[in-house]
Amino acid sequence: MQTIGQQLINGLSLGSIYALLALGYTMVYGIIKLINFAHGDIYMLGAFWGYFVINKLHFNFLFAMLSAMLFCALVGVIIEYFAYRPLRKSPRITALITAIGVSFLLENGMTYFFTANTRNFPQAIQTVTYHLGGIQISNIQLLILGTACLLMLLLELIIKRTKMGKAMRAVSVDPEAAQLVGININHTISFTFALGSAMAGAAGVLIGLYYNSIDPLMGMTPGIKAFVAAVIGGIGSVPGASLGGFLIGLLETAVQAVGLSAYKDAVVYFVLIVILLVLPAGIFGKKTKEKV
Amino acid sequence: MLNVKDLVVNYGAIQAVKKVSFNIQQGEIVTLIGANGAGKSTILHTISGIMRPVSGEVTYLDHPIQKTAAPKIVQAGISQVPEGRHIFPGLSVQENLQMGAFLRKDRAHLSQAYEDVYQYFPVLKQRLNQDAATLSGGEQQMLAMGRALMARPKLMLLDEPSMGLAPLFINEIFEIIQAINQAGTTVLLIEQNAKKALSIADRGYVLAAGEVKLHGTGQELLTNSAVQKAYLGG
Repeated sequence: MQTIGQQLINGLSLGSIYALLALGYTMVYGIIKLINFAHGDIYMLGAFWGYFVINKLHFNFLFAMLSAMLFCALVGVIIEYFAYRPLRKSPRITALITAIGVSFLLENGMTYFFTANTRNFPQAIQTVTYHLGGIQISNIQLLILGTACLLMLLLELIIKRTKMGKAMRAVSVDPEAAQLVGININHTISFTFALGSAMAGAAGVLIGLYYNSIDPLMGMTPGIKAFVAAVIGGIGSVPGASLGGFLIGLLETAVQAVGLSAYKDAVVYFVLIVILLVLPAGIFGKKTKEKV
Repeated sequence: MLNVKDLVVNYGAIQAVKKVSFNIQQGEIVTLIGANGAGKSTILHTISGIMRPVSGEVTYLDHPIQKTAAPKIVQAGISQVPEGRHIFPGLSVQENLQMGAFLRKDRAHLSQAYEDVYQYFPVLKQRLNQDAATLSGGEQQMLAMGRALMARPKLMLLDEPSMGLAPLFINEIFEIIQAINQAGTTVLLIEQNAKKALSIADRGYVLAAGEVKLHGTGQELLTNSAVQKAYLGG
């Protein structure tokens, strides 16, 4: 029972990171039908930004995270503007390959300028471990879980309540009609990239604090797993991405807990295959077409 | 108010509109009638800034707008109700209406716009929180028109508002179009239901294969033998 409780805590912490990342994949896919493979690398940039401002500028953790979100939002908007916008009318495969190219550019660019060395993320917050009935919870885990839930709630409010959020949904279901009511498609897409990238930036700083180490290739595997999470949840669905993220996190920790660490990635993909066989559109995927 | 001169528009590899000219005066209902593929929708999309002409001019209130971006055209006072309604599924009725007023910032303006829409379409007020995709076809047409009215346009472009609707709904929609016109909005109406369209229009243009074939008042065209033969079923 204790072990299960412990793994649940670990799984939820890891899962919140995947969920934050998956949100970016799903929002960008929802609005321009692009799998943004560079998304994991934005998370890496967020972690490096956090590392830099905490070490060099002595930011506290909160400001490090907020500034990383801002920085990543800007990077996301710039990438969209230069790499994806000119390809808006090209076949989807062209944009997809470009996304892979952007990913390589960021990974190798960072390696070139800052070397491939793994470095220790500064301990901006002293780790404190609480014992609750035999279960260990660190304040960092609580921070990750709390921050992730708060950001998801905030995102949900932005999408559901604000004018820009509604415009995002309008553009994703019908870009032409959105233009006819006066919505600027380019602004809306930039806004979507900013939101998704800010989430990735927060995730990057949180994971740095949690795992204590960062390197230029750290975005690859979590990026792909978050993509899997988005697909499992139903790509294009915001609640689906959150749920998928938590599911993948829990699954991975569970597999490790039973002593199959070497197979944890394989299990994730296996579950992906099974879910897609049973629910081809993912858990919250869209099944219904609009009435005409 | 709107003057279209020698408009040529390509749709893919096809020249869908070949040197079309027509004009709309303030306060009129003008209709473009013609068979499928006559280029009617292409003309509306060009006016709205979704498509670009190869050549020709579109002048609105003495300004050329053929190169203006779609949101600017909405801002200038031209709103379109697209063919097939194109409401936003997944957004509630109220959110759909709110999107129609996307460029409107002042609140007084906004509440007046809501009032106008509810007055024309009381049914929408009862369904404000419902997902727009759950509305019937006729209600979706009303929502699409309500959404366009939210921008409080000076010129309203209507593309096949009667398509796929029950006769009862068609009559209602046409009455509302007349009411909107009487309240001061100029209307450009595209219809396959030529009889209905001509009966409420001040003037009409008959299009075939991307060209204007005939032009006259609604009554003239209704009684024109060529029009009767081709579009009014004898």
